[in-house]
Amino acid sequence: MHADPRGVLTGVHFLDGDHACCEGTLAAGARFAAGYPITPSTEVVERFAWRIPTVGGIFIQMEDELAASIALQGAVWGGAKAFTVTSGPGFSLMMEHIGYAAITETPCVFVNVQRGGPSTGLPTLPAQADMMQAKWGSHGDYSLIALCPNSPQECFDLTITGFNLAEEFRVPVMMMMDECVGHMTEKVVIPEPDRIEITPRRFTKKSPAEFHLFEPREDLVPDMVKAGEGYRFHVTGLTHDERGYPSMTVETQDKLIRRLQDKLKPFTNGRALFEAENLEDAEVAVVSYGITSRVAQRAIDLARAQGVRAGKFRIISAWPFPEQHICELAKQVKAIVVPELNLGQMVREVERSAAGAAKVISVPHAGGTVHNPEVILKAILEAVR
Amino acid sequence: MAKGFVAITVERCKGCGFCVEFCPTHVLTLSSAYNSKGYHTPQVVAADKCSGCDLCGMYCPDFAIFGARHAR
Amino acid sequence: MSDCAIDIPLDAVNPVEPYLRSERIPHIWCPGCGIGTTVNCFARALENSKANLQKVAIVSGIGCTGRVAGYADLDSFHTTHGRAIPFATGLKLANPELQVVVYSGDGDLFAIGGNHFIHAARRNMDLKVICVNNLTYAMTGGQTGPATPDHVVSTTSPYGVFEPAFNLVQLAEAAGAAYVARWTTFHVKQLSRSMEEIMKKKGFCFIEIISPCPTLYQRRNKMGDGLDTMKFYKEVSKIRHGAPTSECGLTKSGEIVVGKFVDRDRPGYFEMLTAQMNETLGDRYALPEVSCGEC
Repeated sequence: MHADPRGVLTGVHFLDGDHACCEGTLAAGARFAAGYPITPSTEVVERFAWRIPTVGGIFIQMEDELAASIALQGAVWGGAKAFTVTSGPGFSLMMEHIGYAAITETPCVFVNVQRGGPSTGLPTLPAQADMMQAKWGSHGDYSLIALCPNSPQECFDLTITGFNLAEEFRVPVMMMMDECVGHMTEKVVIPEPDRIEITPRRFTKKSPAEFHLFEPREDLVPDMVKAGEGYRFHVTGLTHDERGYPSMTVETQDKLIRRLQDKLKPFTNGRALFEAENLEDAEVAVVSYGITSRVAQRAIDLARAQGVRAGKFRIISAWPFPEQHICELAKQVKAIVVPELNLGQMVREVERSAAGAAKVISVPHAGGTVHNPEVILKAILEAVR
Repeated sequence: MAKGFVAITVERCKGCGFCVEFCPTHVLTLSSAYNSKGYHTPQVVAADKCSGCDLCGMYCPDFAIFGARHAR
Repeated sequence: MSDCAIDIPLDAVNPVEPYLRSERIPHIWCPGCGIGTTVNCFARALENSKANLQKVAIVSGIGCTGRVAGYADLDSFHTTHGRAIPFATGLKLANPELQVVVYSGDGDLFAIGGNHFIHAARRNMDLKVICVNNLTYAMTGGQTGPATPDHVVSTTSPYGVFEPAFNLVQLAEAAGAAYVARWTTFHVKQLSRSMEEIMKKKGFCFIEIISPCPTLYQRRNKMGDGLDTMKFYKEVSKIRHGAPTSECGLTKSGEIVVGKFVDRDRPGYFEMLTAQMNETLGDRYALPEVSCGEC
């Protein structure tokens, strides 16, 4: 189905990532947002607050991130496409509710415009140090999808993708932006609404008597429902059976928790989003994501100019991690260089997936600004020595 | 004939005694018999006094008893 | 057993039954616990207010009272500890046709959930908040809560509570609630009537229900069992409609002031939202269509 024209600001714009992300939510059909101010993410909801009254929806600034992260889920169960936006400290506060969204299979989007941490850290400066937290931040075993845009255009496009994936897999999706991408202003092209593909919510066609809110279809994803239609359904964060009723047994736990993981298996490999370039003859691959991938591009170009066969693998869907792709990549190249704006997070996944088939070199950074391309270049050159 | 009747779902009862205490016409007492969980359930001792007011039903925390008026 | 003949019509059904997920009864609450009693009153209120059950949603937090959502046969949400109210806020804003009831306990609503309570009341969010106050954190074994009165013994105050307790009805009024009442589980008729009133009233409505926790609160404080507690409520309660909420604080064994204390009209959240948007945007304002049919 196509985007609702009321939310699509068709045209060629000059926007920063935060603003583009907001336009993405509107184009995707989001008509509810609950937020709380936190630098460098606030502009996303500020724009939403400004735009939504003329599009037809609601923004509410809640009293804290705990409230925002659950209010959006209430809205989802009321039938809305909903999201919230935050940065590190707020992301930490939202963790309990990310887990709640995962176990209740609430389709929704959480945007994290990452900044320096830990704690209050560097509110106005970039980092990519919440990547592991995006996957493991809440307690217990659960899976979710995380996407990493590297430009304002991608902040628009990938946000729509994020909403679509949330609906398809009935899962919370993390949009892992960073302060640089969020505050960088570039050309953003917003197409006509009929050129934007939207995945509709898969509302059940079954009658209330037959429908079970957590009974999966063949793709391991259950159908959705909304309050007010006579389904008298129950949603709980307790381990539950297919009817949604608490069933705190070992068997139910095993069945439910494994399915929550298995339903995202297509993403680990076949459906992973990435960008690969110059890998056919590569001796070293640079694996990166977000803003770092743009700096890495420069380093790769400089390396090629010096005769080093460097290639790019840009991770776009960071979780579930594209382990199959990295595994194959590791067999093709001598070394993999992983620059990130953290002290080494996704590099661990790369190491794990490479399983020793290639040397894996981390290029860490404590955050606050982007890498100097020379630093990444140096790592590339040393990798092939 | 009594104006009302009281119906008890014995297996739900947890023997709290609210119905016995708050029945305005003292229709019930706690029985010496008990259900499969070991709780002493109420029994009707003055059926003719039952007005069907359903106060027992409103008090019962376990949804184990209710009263109603006979249809006239 | 007795030898009195009881004439029970074959089609007799407990009036609370249509509102319950009967396959899940017997429930987990203890003998003498008052939560089930409040559910009876709630069922009667739904019946008498002629509520469209398809459009009533119940949201609860974590705790013994939080389990009510699982037993009520409505669109029900058992959310996280303290966060029933913000969840309910999102639900209501997305689908204003819904009548959203928040059913939770004293610790859930006023300790961890305290911030959310006062903000929803401030906004006059159209939520019906039913608080079963058993003066303790029952599910986790009987710890002190913000409503636990002075000198009471609990697992986290083994030598007696010394922190002053919140006066919940005063807090609700001060935060801006449009309707504030308190009853005990003894006052089944009045409680049911209050619940019926709030189902028909717009705005942030709050009912506090003092209820026994015989297994923990009453037992540890040597106050008898559930029945003893009900008799205690009968003895020490004073109905004082309209009493100033500041005079309605609770003590360990003192008077319990019950009644309806606040019933006022305040502009509702949607009213205020729409008025402001119309004033600033005029006919550029697009009425919210948040919930999608086919999104």
